[in-house]
Amino acid sequence: MIWGVLQFPGSCDERDALHACEVHGDGARLLWHESRDLDGVDGVVVPGGFSYGDYLRAGAIARFSPAMEAVAEAAAGGMPVLGICNGFQVLCEAGLLPGALLRNVELRFRCHQVELIEEGTGERLSIPAKHGEGRYYAPDALLDEMETNGQIAYRYAEGHNSNGSVRDIAGVTNERGNVLGLMPHPEHAVDPLTGSTDGLRVFERMSGVAA
Amino acid sequence: MDTPKYRELGLTDSEYELIVEKLGREPNDVELAMFSLLWSEHCAYKHSRKLLGKLPTDGPRVVMGPGENAGAVDVGSGYAVAFKVESHNHPSAVEPFQGAATGVGGIMRDVFAIGARPIALLDSLRFGELDSVRSRHLLDGAVRGIGHYGNSIGVATVGGEIYFEEPYEHNCLVNAMCIGFAKTEDMVRAAAAGPGNSVVLMGASTGRDGIGGASVLASAELGEGDEAKRPTVQIGDPFEESKLLECCLELLEKGLLVSLQDLGAAGLTSSAGEMASAGGVGIEIDVAKVPLREADMEPFEIMVSESQERMLAVVEPARVEEVRAICEKWQTASAEIGKVTEDGLVRILRDDETVGEMPVEALVDGCPLYDLEPAEPEEWIYGNRATLEAGASPEEELLSLLSSPNIASKRWAFEQYDYLVGSRTVRRPEQADAAVLQLPEAGNAIAVSIDGNGRRVACDPYLGTIDAVLECAQNLACVGAEPLGLTNCLNFGNPEKPAGAWQLDQAVSGLADACNALGVPVVGGNVSLYNEGPDGPIYPTPVVALVGELPDPEQVAGSGFARDGDAIGLIGPFEPSLAASELAKQRGELKMGLPRPDVEAVARACEIVRDAVRAGKLSSAHDVSDGGLAVALAESAIAGGIGCEVNVEHLRERGAQPEEALFGEGPGGFVVSGERGALEELGATLLGKVGGDRIEIGAGDHSLGVSLADAASAFHSLPAQVEPEAS
Repeated sequence: MIWGVLQFPGSCDERDALHACEVHGDGARLLWHESRDLDGVDGVVVPGGFSYGDYLRAGAIARFSPAMEAVAEAAAGGMPVLGICNGFQVLCEAGLLPGALLRNVELRFRCHQVELIEEGTGERLSIPAKHGEGRYYAPDALLDEMETNGQIAYRYAEGHNSNGSVRDIAGVTNERGNVLGLMPHPEHAVDPLTGSTDGLRVFERMSGVAA
Repeated sequence: MDTPKYRELGLTDSEYELIVEKLGREPNDVELAMFSLLWSEHCAYKHSRKLLGKLPTDGPRVVMGPGENAGAVDVGSGYAVAFKVESHNHPSAVEPFQGAATGVGGIMRDVFAIGARPIALLDSLRFGELDSVRSRHLLDGAVRGIGHYGNSIGVATVGGEIYFEEPYEHNCLVNAMCIGFAKTEDMVRAAAAGPGNSVVLMGASTGRDGIGGASVLASAELGEGDEAKRPTVQIGDPFEESKLLECCLELLEKGLLVSLQDLGAAGLTSSAGEMASAGGVGIEIDVAKVPLREADMEPFEIMVSESQERMLAVVEPARVEEVRAICEKWQTASAEIGKVTEDGLVRILRDDETVGEMPVEALVDGCPLYDLEPAEPEEWIYGNRATLEAGASPEEELLSLLSSPNIASKRWAFEQYDYLVGSRTVRRPEQADAAVLQLPEAGNAIAVSIDGNGRRVACDPYLGTIDAVLECAQNLACVGAEPLGLTNCLNFGNPEKPAGAWQLDQAVSGLADACNALGVPVVGGNVSLYNEGPDGPIYPTPVVALVGELPDPEQVAGSGFARDGDAIGLIGPFEPSLAASELAKQRGELKMGLPRPDVEAVARACEIVRDAVRAGKLSSAHDVSDGGLAVALAESAIAGGIGCEVNVEHLRERGAQPEEALFGEGPGGFVVSGERGALEELGATLLGKVGGDRIEIGAGDHSLGVSLADAASAFHSLPAQVEPEAS
């Protein structure tokens, strides 16, 4: 599987994501925000960072980029799209995922290792989280519908929901399941030297969508 | 008679006369503004430059030394690591969020100016005691500001230190360090070259922010009114810098720049003057071509503005279009604002009119350098409130030390920073004594530590500075790293006062002697003087930072005990003393004087620990620092989540009373754990073993025991002290 990683001005984790994609897949390349051409990739990562500075609202400007228009079209065709942190915020702003990300309940940026539980399999993953606006929110009725559709991908394990996300939600998918967004950073968990390799499970899940 | 403008701008009568002599006439307002800034302490180092000549700067691994935007050392395989520390103390004391944020932004520009990609940040912070609302406000603002800038630009903040001491109440210290990584052959110097080449200003537009001392001129022109109180603290924009950073690195990678320089203190004046001086050429700047935020800015304002996120480049005329195209790709503004000349003059134009013209030599290197007039104070010149009740038990003393904000975990602060971005962080904050970053490109790793206990330096500026360097070296040894180069930021009070002069003089001598003894070159530095409040000067605070190399990032010890049943040993010539210790502070017993360490013996101990870590012989390694041996043992226990049972009475042989053995401080001590046989081979003094859920320390009539849970709770009490209203 060949991955493309979007690069906006203000992206921070695009090189980390590129590296993680190289570790996991058959290759990876950066995709410039101004281009509508996805360069023949099989899946896209919308990486973390502060796209366009995020001075208005996290992800609010990036969703209008030419590259995101192309990603929306590809997602509608079933291409795997993984949004991490700011990428999750961009996908929510773009309407590719339901819900929104609000400021952390403690109103501070926080960087720490968290444990996630994959919905369905119950698998426990140790992955770092680092954000100031990661409190997932959606109205109750929508959440109920998402639960029924199996759109909750990951929840924070007990004691790990430090941002105040509703129903401990850390990551969600679209109805079809090919678009996944999560706040924690699987791309920072692909090397035992820097912490853990549990992040690779998230990339494997996405390549499963492709197959 | 009115005070002459030059005096309000900080120039002395004799300095002004010298300027008139060098110009052969009186300077106009533009020239006066430029001279007053470049002849300031901040730019000219006029009270410190003579002293700094003592520092050793040569070494086989030095790629760039003092005088460049940042120092750099060779890390092998054709790669270099660049690093520098700079202060942003006064702006942070006025507005901590923006002061600290722009401190981070400024130090990163120094590093990418030489063509290195910033890969890590560290910070050394000093505030007054946490029972002061002002100190809590400054701490919160500075930490948020550092996080805001570093997190947004995507450079990992991997370490640092914070101390809280009364003398910093009015004058906090915010020192930021940046580390960059580059292919050695791609690095550039800041010297302008090639008369006829274009001078291109890139990045943010120029506004009236941060005009600083020159606002005296502004107010003189504008008359009385609010305009005179223009904000002198700059505002940071990490998004602008993020684009500028990528843009500059791409320009350098494509070989499109002759030289590059950041705009920091004194703005265009300093960067243009220094580039011309370094290249032995002249430079011409047309202020009418500088993109402005406000249309009606005076030429002197444009020349001294400290608007952030700007870089100045020298470009061959034929490459200017290519440069501008890459700037457009990164949505970074650029403007051709002048050219390199061969007449050795800095010439300022507004369209066709010459509004200032000065010899580069006079402007940049003409400032007189002063000798200090040091005199040792007769006694302790700082206060010292007792906070620990007399007659406290050893257990109470240990818990009181662990909860001291100087010793307690700084997790509250570092979790507000992204310490992971870049995927290089092998040891996160508080996992080991130094931050460890892998360099897969070069096949090895580096370790970094930043240290500077001002209280020890206040007790003896010479020995206290040596101790700071040794502590830093010990931190590196704990992760198996060998020092390659040192940088520093000398934060002191007024050098024109005899006591301040003595502190500075002694500290620089200590720094020089320690670096010579360890064989470590000083590759750069920064000086921040006049750090005084209404109650007197700050503690003299030389902040030193070492960058070291370790061959294998797989072989790095942590500071926490790792295995039940491991033996615990003490390595090194540690001779504990309560002088300048945290316990002496809490008891209100601070006074002048420190014991003299055996620097050679400490250096040998560092080698033993470093080699043992590299050989994988140790389960943990942690240096004995603030709070002494008992605190070091407790920290290793808390970090590992496992207790220990030890006896420190062996230290009687070193002349230490039980209380000194527990809480005495001084350089040269390492608490290590591992196989008993391995520790014996290393010559460690065996203290006991790892295990259980208590910290039990035998010390004769001062023996103590506390539960691991109580110790951890004291050690993690910082959030409640920082945000008392929340708890």
